[in-house]
Amino acid sequence: MALSMDKLLGIQQYTLGIRTQRAELIANNIANADTPGYKAKGLDFQQALAQAQRGIQSHSLARTHEKHFSVEISPQGQEKFRVPSQPDTGDGNTVDVQVEQNLYAKNALEYEMTMNFLNGKISGVKKALGSGQA
Amino acid sequence: MSLFNIFNISGSAMSAQSVRLNTTASNLANANSVSSSIDETYRARSPIFAAALSDASGKYHGTELTNQTQAGQSAGVKVLGVVESDKPLQIEYAPNHPMADKNGYIYRSNVNTMEEMANMISASRSYQTNVQVADTAKTMTQRLLRLGQG
Repeated sequence: MALSMDKLLGIQQYTLGIRTQRAELIANNIANADTPGYKAKGLDFQQALAQAQRGIQSHSLARTHEKHFSVEISPQGQEKFRVPSQPDTGDGNTVDVQVEQNLYAKNALEYEMTMNFLNGKISGVKKALGSGQA
Repeated sequence: MSLFNIFNISGSAMSAQSVRLNTTASNLANANSVSSSIDETYRARSPIFAAALSDASGKYHGTELTNQTQAGQSAGVKVLGVVESDKPLQIEYAPNHPMADKNGYIYRSNVNTMEEMANMISASRSYQTNVQVADTAKTMTQRLLRLGQG
């Protein structure tokens, strides 16, 4: 029986990437907490995971001249704007730093959890390969 | 799209917040500045923030505010510039003041100390939050590097 890394790591390998993506998105929200007109964004986890499993990734157009615009076509509908919890604060910014901070911490813990799952799988294989030596 | 991007993002936010803190310090230092003409008087300064986009190599580009809704490209914040407040100056009649002009008036800066204090606290809190974000990203990266070792 051939050892398939893809089957071994299962869904967790895709989950890890999406958690990374989400961490970046939330970090960006927090960074722009004081930017006028910035709208907070969130990640549609379910959709992103489904697309990652089907291997749909973002494409970018090649730039042959420095003055070309960099165009990136990301998979549809992963990033969505958050529904603001308060009416307009006066500058059009919809970032709630407390909420984002909590989501970021939660995401980091979930990342850790995914890591533990992956580690468990890898150490299981290591144990099988090492025939009980380590 | 990687964890390293988070360092860029929160780094850009930290530098933006320190620009803000810098202007606040400058405003507070000059809160009591006096001059003898309207043109020379210190005016409160404040930075303008805008969301920045990055290309694949991680370079930042400025963007119009209307472009922000473009999905998929997110990369921190940048300072578009520092503007001076156009609030009216405080003109005071003080003929005995050494800086008084020929009509006996002196001009004080339009810095609002209370506003600046609030700005200072807000900037330092935002800075702190972004440091935490970078720190967590660091922990996550270290964890990723140790994958399969323990």
